[in-house]
Amino acid sequence: MSDTVKVAKGENKIAAYAKREIGRVLALASLVVIFVFFTIMRPVFASWENVSDGILMSTVVIGLMAIGTTFVIITGGIDLSIGTTTALVAVIVGKLVQGLGLNVWAGILVGILIGGICGVINGLLITILKLPPFIATLATMKAAQGLALIISDLKPVMFTADVKGWDAIATGNIIPNFPNGALILFVGAIIGSIILNKTVIGRYTFAIGSNQAATQLSGVKVNAWIVAIYGLGGLYVGMAAVVLTSRLGSARPDLGLGYELEAIAAVIIGGTSLLGGKGTISGTIIGALIMSVLINGLRILELQQEWQYVITGIVIVLAVWGDNVRRRKTGEIS
Amino acid sequence: MATTQLLSLTGVSKEFPGVKALKNVHFDLDKGEVHAIVGENGAGKSTLMKILSGIYKKDTGDIVYLGKSVNVSSPLEAQKLGISIIHQELNLMPDLTVAENIFIGREDRRKGRIFLDNRKLNKATKALLEELDLVLDPKQKVGELTIAKQQMVEIAKAVSYRGEVIIMDEPTSSLTPAETQALFKIIRSLKAAGKGVVYISHRLEELSQITDRITVIRDGEYVKTLNTPETSIPEVIALMVGRKVDQDQRPTGRELSNEVVLKVEGISDSRLLSDVSFELRKGEILGFAGLMGAGRTELARALIGADPKTAGKIYLRGKEVKIKSPSDAVKSGIGYLSEDRKKYGLLLIQNLTFNTILSSIPAFSNKFGFLKTKPAGSITRDAIKQLSIRTPSENQYVKNLSGGNQQKVVISKWLTRDCDILIFDEPTRGIDVGAKDEIYKLLTKLASEGKSIIMISSELPEILRMSDRIAVMCEGKLTGIIDNKDANQNKIMQYATKFRD
Ligand SMILES: Nc1ncnc2c1ncn2[C@@H]1O[C@H](COP(=O)(O)OP(=O)(O)OP(=O)(O)O)[C@@H](O)[C@H]1O
Ligand SMILES: [Mg+2]
Repeated sequence: MSDTVKVAKGENKIAAYAKREIGRVLALASLVVIFVFFTIMRPVFASWENVSDGILMSTVVIGLMAIGTTFVIITGGIDLSIGTTTALVAVIVGKLVQGLGLNVWAGILVGILIGGICGVINGLLITILKLPPFIATLATMKAAQGLALIISDLKPVMFTADVKGWDAIATGNIIPNFPNGALILFVGAIIGSIILNKTVIGRYTFAIGSNQAATQLSGVKVNAWIVAIYGLGGLYVGMAAVVLTSRLGSARPDLGLGYELEAIAAVIIGGTSLLGGKGTISGTIIGALIMSVLINGLRILELQQEWQYVITGIVIVLAVWGDNVRRRKTGEIS
Repeated sequence: MATTQLLSLTGVSKEFPGVKALKNVHFDLDKGEVHAIVGENGAGKSTLMKILSGIYKKDTGDIVYLGKSVNVSSPLEAQKLGISIIHQELNLMPDLTVAENIFIGREDRRKGRIFLDNRKLNKATKALLEELDLVLDPKQKVGELTIAKQQMVEIAKAVSYRGEVIIMDEPTSSLTPAETQALFKIIRSLKAAGKGVVYISHRLEELSQITDRITVIRDGEYVKTLNTPETSIPEVIALMVGRKVDQDQRPTGRELSNEVVLKVEGISDSRLLSDVSFELRKGEILGFAGLMGAGRTELARALIGADPKTAGKIYLRGKEVKIKSPSDAVKSGIGYLSEDRKKYGLLLIQNLTFNTILSSIPAFSNKFGFLKTKPAGSITRDAIKQLSIRTPSENQYVKNLSGGNQQKVVISKWLTRDCDILIFDEPTRGIDVGAKDEIYKLLTKLASEGKSIIMISSELPEILRMSDRIAVMCEGKLTGIIDNKDANQNKIMQYATKFRD
């Protein structure tokens, strides 16, 4: 007790920092513990090959989606449409790049933008039609799913060798031995974190999630910002779709549904509150990593997939419960 | 003597991270007694009562209740013992009816019963409301009631537990004089029935009307317990703040400029407002008086575009402006400080700095949209000093501040925005005498710097003390604008009840 008192008086900056960041320190510690556990059980788990291909690469798509979703959830909203939006963006980009021969860079850009547009549509439904985010994005989730199937004619778009460089988006190595996909995730996370913590849109994200009515009465154009925030989340979804197609070498209209829940789980494990107003990008990334480390580790332990699901469920409960206990202790919630 | 004592607290201490809220405080309550607790904002009054009602755990101390040492470990435990509390902040569920709110958690749970018996619930509520002389419909949704009526529901709920001790934490802060008198009637009948009432209020003039004893706490420490008949308001204030505070001066005939900053013409809305017109001059404090429900808050909200208008024009310095949303209003230099700080004023889960800069974020960012955190922190520290906000630092979460200090945070937000026209809706609700005085000085200073202020207040002494002119409303209409020189309480009340009988 006595040392927390000192901290609050601002006498010890490092301790204050540690205290403020304790949520993420603990999350990171659990990630390390899980990692060490699997390494002891099966040393191959810690091999760079497994870490880069088995863990990092499988975190990229969900991780990118989860970064965007962190913004949305901090506003007190939710976006259920990101999974099927991924499929929609994937098939459109596939058609453009593979079918019409669009340049790779243009393809990436178009993919990101379509994701952003889908986010903006969600934002408009929420602000102009005043639909609750759950309903609005449930509707766009269905619509995107249908559109993906229609555009693709129910068939996956395969990227052939003519499309040079598309596979390198995710699997190339700008940094030797470090897959580009993972690089994209980390750069995306850093950008996201800067936007969330250091810019005006990030500040309004927190404000809206803390108290929308008070924010509006303070003269903030809440509706416009909500549209922008869903749009920003959509940009990340677009990027996730691009990486997904690059990694698989195909754009499948049926792949994506269910990703939204994994992304939301990563956000929640990372300590972001579903009630809005609180959350961090680094927490989200740790959350996403915890999930892929677990799944990868359990797979290496040859545990059946069914059990992997059960354990993921338990981890979500433990993570959120643990975080609540901590926050109650520090007086962050009562 | 021992038989009349209901309750005693001794050696109570409580510490929050960074704040020693209570240090070795004692307090006792007799049967049939109304015992006031007074102290500045953040003195620890609410904390002490939350300990007594099982919401916070004390660090040290003993509670003796009806001669037995008890451990009040939860609100439910307190209820069982017979201790009920009306909180400073309303705790009602807006979508439930009056009856459902009063009896929440105590619905009929007899075996074999699946459906709720609403008829019975409403009947019980009606009987209770009649007993308390409260005019309320058991079937109305609480969210549709005014704050004052909601407060009445809280009071009825507390009484309905039929406990021995009823704690009232600033019950009158949103009541009109008439409603306050109605509450006092209830308190007197509780007293007559031998119950003990703990009464917290910043309206010190109420103390002599209703209390038997007054306990003063300052900075979490016990100061003194006084017998009400043997003390005076100045003595209480001196014990509370440790210095003398001027009270009740009228503005000293300030020279008003003739420049009209804001002109409002014929504002109406679809519910209450009808054809309201007035002018606000540069450097003027225009008070808005009226009874609860007269439409003053509605007028302010329509003015700033928070609610739609059906008619009316607004001119700023002679030019017509269209204000369709609060952001238009703020851009035109009009700031609105809401009467309901929790709902419309604050980001409770954020810190003081965030709240202070909330309406001026563009001013605290560069052209690329990056925030400048250093100036934000320093302006907040200035505001903390200027308004004497009691907080360990600018990084404290606002929800951990005492009620009065939260109100000061809202004020600091609008001071930071630097609007030319400020609408203060009940600016001193829940604020202690010392701080009230500081806020009055601040308003006067703002006005003398050329800002124009609309001050909505239900406290006539405050209206008379602060306003250059007084606009009075009744049932959505402006019934008169009086110069302060010619104003007195009677005259204001006449205008305020023009359409009533
Ligand atoms: N949950 C909490 N966490 C941290 N500090 C708290 C908490 N609750 C109260 N405090 C602090 O304890 C002190 C006493 O607060 P309390 O609410 O009891 O004051 P009060 O006397 O009721 O003031 P007011 O007249 O403004 O209502 C204040 O400094 C407040 O900031
Ligand atoms: Mg209080």
